Amino acid sequence: MNQWVAHQFNSSAQQREAVTLGMWIFLATEVLFFGGLFAAYTVYRHNFPEQFHEASHHLDIVLGAVNTGVLLVSSFFMAMAVWSIQAGRRKLVVLNLVMTVLLAIAFLGIKGFEYHHKFVEHLVPGSGFHYDGDWPGRAEMFFWLYFVMTGLHAIHVIIGIVVISVMAGLVWSGRIGRENDAAVELTGLYWHFVDIVWVFLFPLLYLAGARG
Amino acid sequence: MLATFPGFTPEASKMAGEVDTLFLGLIGVTIFFTLVVALPIVYFCIRYRRGSSVDRSSPSSGSNLVEAGWTILPLCIALGLFAWGAVVYFHLERPPRDALEIQVVGKQWMWKLQHAEGRREINALHVPQGKAVRVLLTSQDVIHSFYLPAFRVKQDAVPGRYTSIWFKPDRPGRYHLFCAEYCGTNHSRMVGYVEVMPPSDYERWLTEGEEQESVITAGKRLFSAHGCSGCHENSSVVRAPALQGVFGRRIALQNGATVLADEMYVRDSILRPASAITAGYENLMPSYEGQMSEGEIMQIISYLKSLSDTSPSGAKGDPKK
Amino acid sequence: MTTYLEKHSWGSWLLTRDHKRIGILYLYVILFFFVIASVAAGLMRLELLTPAGDLVTSDTYNKLFTLHGVLMVWFFLVPSIPAVLGNFLLPLMIGARDVAFPKLNLTSWYIFVAGGLCALWALLHGGVDTGWTFYTPYSSTYANTHVIVMAAAIFVAGFSSIVTGLNFMVTIHTMRAPGMGWFRLPLFVWSLYATSLIMVLATPVLAITLALLVVERLWGVGIFDPHLGGDPVLFQHLFWFYSHPAVYIMILPGMGVISELITCFARKKIFGYNFIAFSSMAIAMLGFLVWGHHMFVSSQSIYAGMVFSLLSFLVSIPSAIKVFNWTATLYKGSIVFQTPMLYALGFIGLFTIGGMTGLILASLGVDVHVHDTYFVVAHFHYIMVGGMVLAFLGGLHYWWPKITGRMYPELMGKLAAVLGFVGFNFTFFPQFIMGYMGMPRRYHAYPPEFQVFHVLSTAGASILACGYLLPMGYFIWSLRYGRKATANPWDATGLEWQTPSPPPTDNFNAQPVVTTGPYEYDAEEAERRAKIGLLPQTPGGAS
Repeated sequence: MNQWVAHQFNSSAQQREAVTLGMWIFLATEVLFFGGLFAAYTVYRHNFPEQFHEASHHLDIVLGAVNTGVLLVSSFFMAMAVWSIQAGRRKLVVLNLVMTVLLAIAFLGIKGFEYHHKFVEHLVPGSGFHYDGDWPGRAEMFFWLYFVMTGLHAIHVIIGIVVISVMAGLVWSGRIGRENDAAVELTGLYWHFVDIVWVFLFPLLYLAGARG
Repeated sequence: MLATFPGFTPEASKMAGEVDTLFLGLIGVTIFFTLVVALPIVYFCIRYRRGSSVDRSSPSSGSNLVEAGWTILPLCIALGLFAWGAVVYFHLERPPRDALEIQVVGKQWMWKLQHAEGRREINALHVPQGKAVRVLLTSQDVIHSFYLPAFRVKQDAVPGRYTSIWFKPDRPGRYHLFCAEYCGTNHSRMVGYVEVMPPSDYERWLTEGEEQESVITAGKRLFSAHGCSGCHENSSVVRAPALQGVFGRRIALQNGATVLADEMYVRDSILRPASAITAGYENLMPSYEGQMSEGEIMQIISYLKSLSDTSPSGAKGDPKK
Repeated sequence: MTTYLEKHSWGSWLLTRDHKRIGILYLYVILFFFVIASVAAGLMRLELLTPAGDLVTSDTYNKLFTLHGVLMVWFFLVPSIPAVLGNFLLPLMIGARDVAFPKLNLTSWYIFVAGGLCALWALLHGGVDTGWTFYTPYSSTYANTHVIVMAAAIFVAGFSSIVTGLNFMVTIHTMRAPGMGWFRLPLFVWSLYATSLIMVLATPVLAITLALLVVERLWGVGIFDPHLGGDPVLFQHLFWFYSHPAVYIMILPGMGVISELITCFARKKIFGYNFIAFSSMAIAMLGFLVWGHHMFVSSQSIYAGMVFSLLSFLVSIPSAIKVFNWTATLYKGSIVFQTPMLYALGFIGLFTIGGMTGLILASLGVDVHVHDTYFVVAHFHYIMVGGMVLAFLGGLHYWWPKITGRMYPELMGKLAAVLGFVGFNFTFFPQFIMGYMGMPRRYHAYPPEFQVFHVLSTAGASILACGYLLPMGYFIWSLRYGRKATANPWDATGLEWQTPSPPPTDNFNAQPVVTTGPYEYDAEEAERRAKIGLLPQTPGGAS
């Protein structure tokens, strides 16, 4: 038995199966966690189609699309990192992980810029909210959902940045390598999940009013 | 049926009897299955206790036939009970067309009620014997629940929505009115009574006290006072849909949808007119949000209802605009 | 060979990664909360002795029932069997050295404690008065108690559930001993699997719902707020999407325990193993589709009501299948009535009544009348207390020798089981009657005609309390003075009985290999062995 296998496991194959399954179950939990929000969004989008359509025009489609691209490319680097650790190319792993982190930070930067804009335009729900439309309450609901959904996603991005950075450090120092690459692979799964959530958020929020 | 037990809750309507029969049926099934389980257990526990000399040879550890039997039989019973319960529920939820209408607003911690003729009550409801009563409910703060155990009916009063229940009192007397949905500090004090009186007494009771404006008259007055009539009367200059005969019809909207003009629709149209513009009209009407109380909105609705011959069979549920 | 209890330092407990020790850590914490929540229940029952509501103020009463509900549901019932017995037994039953992620397991205990501390903070700073259901807009706008902290407490404790569920699922999938196929798993393990599935899939929905509630309270606006066109009833949908499956989190493991007890004390292979195993999974799946039956009078459409009612009738079938199979297992057995068996038989009876009254509530026509009355209160206490608490106590007696290496006093055990059963029925049966008579729940004062039932109920509660205090006393007594237990005092099958009591740190001295099913009991053989004194002779005799 090698040093990477914890005492409760009989073999590294068993350990790998366990941690991979654990990660998938965790992601299933995450899907349901976001699912509650998506359900709420669906209900109100169905109830107030016009107002959601109108309010979504106040989101910047260009910045949203750029951010989608940024995350997709970061996912590509993450996949490269997983490939390179299996190939045993340590420096390439670190490079790819660092690229992933940089793109994630860029994503947050753009997101922050968008948030700032909404703040200036008085589109943050609460006492400062101001909206010239037929039904400000419903638009406020849209922005409330926008902030909560993208906010929760941003928290996941931040967690991702921390975890990926730690991984990069561990790979650099040699404590994670080809023999115990599961940690990097699981981080990859998590990061792809974060990416996919955004792939759903972008059309729901930014493109809600884009028909015609 | 249950009312024959001394001290048990009275059955004050025919529906209550229907619910009790269903309940007794379910109790019967409950006792039946409890015995189906308990009797064999007791029997086996005695017969197969350690030390008793009985045949224990060739024990079985499963049989698909037996499993199928005790799956399918309870399933059939369950489906039958579901259907019975659903039928009773349908009766409970469908008010007759000629029902008297009482408007009720719940607030922490009281019920405010108004009769069509205008008389108002708090935490009490006087109704005539033998006439169906439909209670139109809403709340101005948290969720409450209007519960009349003697009639076996209950309905939540939800802020921002209209719900309704109906009952047809058969027996004169005074019965409990409870709030059944927890609503804060004095939830248990949000109680009152329903007084079922002979119709002639009820007529007299309605006219007691100071002169009251009927709900429809009040609605008509508010309709003018808030300037609604300025645009919605036929003679007006501004083009707005005339409201005669609108209530209870299906309305075509600008966005292509059609909706039933029920209480909820009228309420939305007053508070958030832009939400549902009638096809062929422009979005000109201002919102009246914050300018009327829940009770006043209900009065205007009653007035509009009086302009139509028919009324829809229920305001229950369907929140679709 | 050193047992897992050998080391005594604080550090050896608080930093342990041993699933057995973590199970015991959970036991301490849930008992602590059980006591607090029971005291709250006792105060409520005392207050309800008189109709006037004169012992405590209405605000205090509202806080008491909220406290009772929140602590009992999230800090006692949800973790009771899974986190205590499940943690202790799961690896032993499948022949593993530990769960798949021991560190995560300890972390989940600390998360649970953190949630518990939040709940205590809220309690000590004046409590919460929303009811355990936190219905909006009362909880989001109108209540001025510590809703945020209490919601945070449940949010945090929820993650402990998720982590435990995840750990169990992975353990069952990947850590089974050689030869331990899926259909050789003890039924308790199947029930833990079904429970874990619900924990992992339903708890996050509760977490996000409470998070939305907290954000709404902090931010001042939110999606349940009618002023934004928000729908307070949406909260109920989201809440019950978790909380109905959560009812199954609270009963499935109990059913698993009963399957173990019935087979062992009837010396019979279980009847219909596959059907019991699959019915657990069926309950877990169908349980996700019936949440709307809590909302028949909440203004949902009558057609939605019909669908939810139909599905609720269907979910009763798998539970019925279990009860029938347990009954059939007794046939041609060699039955002894030791304490765990008394609890198991009590469970079947009370669970049957609880389940059948559930059908009464699922029936639309009747539910309109009995919704939010004491009928509902009685129904779920039959399932939760008559079901889960009895199963928990039965399981605790059964595995006590394995956990502590000591026997509890049998006669006292039987007395407590009978007291608990009688006291329970006295407490909750009158509540069915007054519920149908129209007594609404959560009432601090009530019309005088209900008083007789409340008095009966309170009297029963005092007997029930004795039924709980007695085991607490003799369990503690037995730790010091109880007879030493052998490895297998019940002569039971199952891997956990093939290792010493208490087990060594690594569970087994040699890797077990499984060659047979989990319940290879033989009633005729048991009779023969009883005659020569190897098994207890008379029914109900002390071993």
